[in-house]
Amino acid sequence: MGKTIAEKIFERKTGIPVKAGDMVIARVDMAMGQDGTTPLAIRSFEEMAGKKVFDPSRVVFIIDHNAPSPLESISQLHDIMRKFAAEHNLTIYEIGYGVCHELMVSQGLVVPGDLVIGADSHTCTYGAIGAFSTGVGSTELAVVMISGQLWFKVPETVRINLEGKLPRGVYSKDIILYLAGQIGADGATYQAIEFAGPVIDRLEVEERLTISNMAVEIGAKAGLMTPDSKTLDWVKKRTNKPFEPIYPDPDAMYQKVLTFDCCELTPQIAFPHRVDTVKSIDDIEEIPIREAFLGTCTNGRAVDIETAARIVQGKKVHPDVRFIVAPASREIFLKALQKGWVETIVAAGGVFVTPGCGPCVGTHQGVPGDGWNVISTANRNFKGRMGNNKAFIYLASPATVAASALEGKITDPRKYLG
Amino acid sequence: MILKGKAHVFGDDINTDYIISGKYKFKTLDMNELGKHVMEDIDPNFSQKVKPGDFIVAGKNFGCGSSREQAPRALLASGIRGIVAVTFARIFFRNAINCGLVALECDTSQIKNGDEIEVDLASGKITDLIQGLVIHAAPLPDVMIQILNEGGLISYFKKHGSFPSASRSR
Repeated sequence: MGKTIAEKIFERKTGIPVKAGDMVIARVDMAMGQDGTTPLAIRSFEEMAGKKVFDPSRVVFIIDHNAPSPLESISQLHDIMRKFAAEHNLTIYEIGYGVCHELMVSQGLVVPGDLVIGADSHTCTYGAIGAFSTGVGSTELAVVMISGQLWFKVPETVRINLEGKLPRGVYSKDIILYLAGQIGADGATYQAIEFAGPVIDRLEVEERLTISNMAVEIGAKAGLMTPDSKTLDWVKKRTNKPFEPIYPDPDAMYQKVLTFDCCELTPQIAFPHRVDTVKSIDDIEEIPIREAFLGTCTNGRAVDIETAARIVQGKKVHPDVRFIVAPASREIFLKALQKGWVETIVAAGGVFVTPGCGPCVGTHQGVPGDGWNVISTANRNFKGRMGNNKAFIYLASPATVAASALEGKITDPRKYLG
Repeated sequence: MILKGKAHVFGDDINTDYIISGKYKFKTLDMNELGKHVMEDIDPNFSQKVKPGDFIVAGKNFGCGSSREQAPRALLASGIRGIVAVTFARIFFRNAINCGLVALECDTSQIKNGDEIEVDLASGKITDLIQGLVIHAAPLPDVMIQILNEGGLISYFKKHGSFPSASRSR
């Protein structure tokens, strides 16, 4: 019987035959911590009497959640990270480099076939390039910093085949929101997903990352895709690390196989306060908005900013809306500057903030007011997520967010994409 | 290990932002401070209702959302000893055990808010002492009982310098 990508990666990292359900202790290729979780990991490291990091080239710290620091207490926590990184010779990405999950792939830190853990739930993003990556807690990050290993249950895999072709004005974000609505917030708990099919094949790597990023929103441990020539070209441009991709066996044993046809898919909206309360834009009533946010590890990439710039080109953001853009990395911000997208968006009335998490996590750079409706390209719309439990967050694609920013209400982007 | 406490009942899909909001958790590592704000966005006076040793009883997918270990740690600091839920989200479940917070899965539909419950960790037997109701939770894998018995992964690792060995886990 053949094996899934997850099973084959765990076999490689343990050196023994494994199957779904096995408990293994596996060697980790890369471990990542961000500023919301790393200070606690450092405390755990010290409490466990950790002396040195097992391999400083395999541990990375990234300051993105509160960057630049909005508070004195957070500045102290950032300094704990800086001091530890200096003492242990770790790479630390300072404020302004960008969101952790964008940097892990765009800086070539993760390659296909890797086993990666990160103290952030959206670590599953790197599945889009064929790495098994998953979120862990701070203490587990500390254990990996000491030992280079962690225990895992090799997950069962659900295969999701996406057939057909995406219509105009419908994006990878709409696919994953639609899947969340269909499968539910706990639909794949404890399982890995393999996303496949002609729709995935046609997407660019940047667009695929959006889908894997949100695998955790349907409970999954990992959101994997089979590397193809686009993946290999994309990765090779970014790293000198040698790598050997892993492919699923044709007769791999899946827990189940789900097939969706994307030909009739429409722009999707996740309603507050759940990621899986999803409706087609064709089925919603008028929803006025006060803030529109474009960015995050889900949708802050060059293609997302380009799409928004095309929509707002020569137009004005609605006077009742604050349109906030956070590029996912410095590299993306520079590209958006060179291409003129920043100028287009700012001229239309948009606001750029530091590359990083922006207002997604509710600490700075655009906390909504009471009763505000926010439309966002982020991955979560929980009550209080953006820092105010009296605000209402709707999730959508970058195109829908940009069109909504213009009209002051949730707006179908297809009419702007003639 | 036999534990006893009052049940605080919640529904399905209680996420880690509800357990401890991002607006607090980024500010400090002081878990006693974070403990004052647990569940605040869905039950504003929750932390004042908790007595040390109490349990949260919930529906499916408890702890979904972010990987913040502050969620189980702040619950412990608030006095909560354990969670009994229909199912848990994966990362929260690992974090809970690693921090020494008991987490058991069973049918929780009959437990009422305010009921006194008794939890036998080794067997997974849960007794609602008010209703005289006995529920059997799926027993925890050995690796997790070993970690819980040491009070969490930090004390386990400090003492043994490696992982517990076991055949079943998640």
